[in-house]
Amino acid sequence: MEARAAAAPQVVAEDLTKRFGSFTAVDGISFRIARGEIMGFLGPNGAGKSTTIRILCGLLRPSGGRAFVAGIDVARDPERVRERIGYMSQKFSLYNDLSVAENLRFFGGVYRVPRAELAERMRFVVHMAGLDGREDALVATLAGGWKQRLALGCAILHRPPILFLDEPTSGVDPASRRRFWDLIHGLAEGGVSVLVSTHYMDEASYCNEIALINQGRLIALGSPGKLKRSALGGELLLVECDKVGAALELLPQAPGVLDVAAFGNALHVLVESAERGLVELPRYLDAKGIDCRNIARIDPTLEDVFVRLVAGGTRGEAPRP
Amino acid sequence: MNALRLRAIARKEVLQVWRDPRSLMIVLLMPIMQMLMLGYGVNLDLKHIPICTYDREGSQHSEALLKGFAASEYFDVVKVATDYAAVTAAIDGGTCRMAVVVPQDFSERLTDTGASSVQAILDASDDNSATIAAGYAQAVIDQFEQNVQIWFAGNHGQSMAPPPPISLESRVWFNEDLESRNFIIPGVVAVVMALVGAQLSSLTISREWERGTMELLVSTPVTPMEVMLGKLAPYFVIGLLDAVLCLVMAVLWFAVPFRGTLLTLFATTSLFLVAVLGIGYLISVAIRSQIGASQIALLVTMLPTALLSGYAFPIDQMPAPIQWVTYLVHARYYVTILKAVFLKGVGMTALLEPILGLILYAVIVAFLAARAFRKRLD
Ligand SMILES: Nc1ncnc2c1ncn2[C@@H]1O[C@H](COP(=O)(O)OP(=O)(O)O)[C@@H](O)[C@H]1O
Ligand SMILES: [Mg+2]
Repeated sequence: MEARAAAAPQVVAEDLTKRFGSFTAVDGISFRIARGEIMGFLGPNGAGKSTTIRILCGLLRPSGGRAFVAGIDVARDPERVRERIGYMSQKFSLYNDLSVAENLRFFGGVYRVPRAELAERMRFVVHMAGLDGREDALVATLAGGWKQRLALGCAILHRPPILFLDEPTSGVDPASRRRFWDLIHGLAEGGVSVLVSTHYMDEASYCNEIALINQGRLIALGSPGKLKRSALGGELLLVECDKVGAALELLPQAPGVLDVAAFGNALHVLVESAERGLVELPRYLDAKGIDCRNIARIDPTLEDVFVRLVAGGTRGEAPRP
Repeated sequence: MNALRLRAIARKEVLQVWRDPRSLMIVLLMPIMQMLMLGYGVNLDLKHIPICTYDREGSQHSEALLKGFAASEYFDVVKVATDYAAVTAAIDGGTCRMAVVVPQDFSERLTDTGASSVQAILDASDDNSATIAAGYAQAVIDQFEQNVQIWFAGNHGQSMAPPPPISLESRVWFNEDLESRNFIIPGVVAVVMALVGAQLSSLTISREWERGTMELLVSTPVTPMEVMLGKLAPYFVIGLLDAVLCLVMAVLWFAVPFRGTLLTLFATTSLFLVAVLGIGYLISVAIRSQIGASQIALLVTMLPTALLSGYAFPIDQMPAPIQWVTYLVHARYYVTILKAVFLKGVGMTALLEPILGLILYAVIVAFLAARAFRKRLD
């Protein structure tokens, strides 16, 4: 971590804002991505993830704030930025009517990959995407996971130091998703900085840093572990009982309870102290005529963090300067 | 500007055109179909149309009228019917394109009221030649009317005014001073190329938007100039091939004499193509669906080139304000050039004015097109 922090950040967003008319899609977002770091953008649909990524790629002009990619001001010199990034847009955007090899050759040409190297790099990418022997297949005929890996391949053909991947794993089966994350880790180990967005909370653990985004705002920033530990501001209990609805209404008034959220049939209860809660809550519920079948201390997930931060309206950790 | 990128874009565009049935149709079928349609549509000097006559009166007047048809070089009277059944059979069987029926009271009404009517039964299966045949029939009847007037004047010792209308079932527009096919076909080539070229290039940017590939394309370091040149280069070659196709059809199929030089033809055609492709490209940048772009391209090229390029309707006979508008129509210059090159065989020096017009036009369109495409999503 120390070494990373010392190196010049590859991506810097300072108070980025994007308004569409009177609607603010991105609202004062700031963060940094170091070399070889994987930054995950987590948030529900419409949070502003894609808009932020498009600003960083120079596709949208920010309404406010500044963005530096590879040390270059994106708004000033988007063309120089574009040579140094690879981009996977949220919607699949390779040429469906071209073959695997034709797509690769096209992007190789557009990124000016020297002809002597192109064949070798194409072979590498085809192998990475698991597309050996399918070089001449039209992209339209490929299944989702293959398409996504080919899109990643087209984005890294010119060996960019920075990758922007917008929901690269959406709509792909779990096995392909894991395989995709392996590829991303391999690239990061080679020094590539990766900004990857997702709305799968469970993918957060693959990232070094997480930015939780909701309604255009950055509501928490930090490593997955740190966020889970500190962003909640309490400890988490799992409560299984009958009359879940009544319990959901009553528990917030119980002593020492900070927040209650329903997860399926169970309740996640945020308390000041787990030790006291384990003793006091069953009693409290019992007094109200609710039978508590099970209560246990659990480790918070990022979803707990997210729900807590969104409901509480807190901004959580102040973003790093 | 980078050669690797230009080539990558051009190659991709060729592959896409090759694999897109709609583009292929525009490349191959549209020029041929348009040449035939426009070539025959304006073919006003159709001659020796087979007709059938049915004289129900058998008077001096009716015979004089039908003699007019027999004498006309536009008609061949191949059948003289004696009843309606024979008329119907002749039309339905296809031996005649038109039947002229003189009613029983033809002369009676002519002498009594000075007006009468003749029935023309037309084979409507070929709309174009039916229209033309009706026009010729009206001309023959008009001729007869004049003779009748003279006859009346002679008989009554005074002139009859206004002239007695002998009405035809459908009175249609008729071009008195027929332009020959030779004169029109070179202009048709210009109209067809304007249509085909704009259609092709109107799809090129809108296709990227429609298929969602634009977002990735603009995220790469290609410059707008490389996009424009790389994309239009293949269409320029295709456009030249289509031009060759049209010109060969003009010479071999329509038998229009070619008296000029190929160099003049090539140079001016290239210039025209720049303007044509540039216009389609501008439309493609502005409109993000392929259907929309191709329809706008059709609208923007079809009417102006068909009506205002002077290919069939002479510009010097138009009202002055319209004449000024024709300077905005690119095909106007190319039509002038093609007619002169084909029919008079003149070289470039004699065509300085339209060539300069075309150069100016191409430069302006290319300038606008190069600035039109922005690498942004907002
Ligand atoms: N071009 C645009 N014009 C207007 N509103 C937009 C535009 N692009 C995105 N938005 C809006 O901005 C918000 C954020 O969108 P987006 O960045 O795509 O969210 P996410 O990627 O997190 O799902 C959404 O409410 C979306 O409707
Ligand atoms: Mg998105």
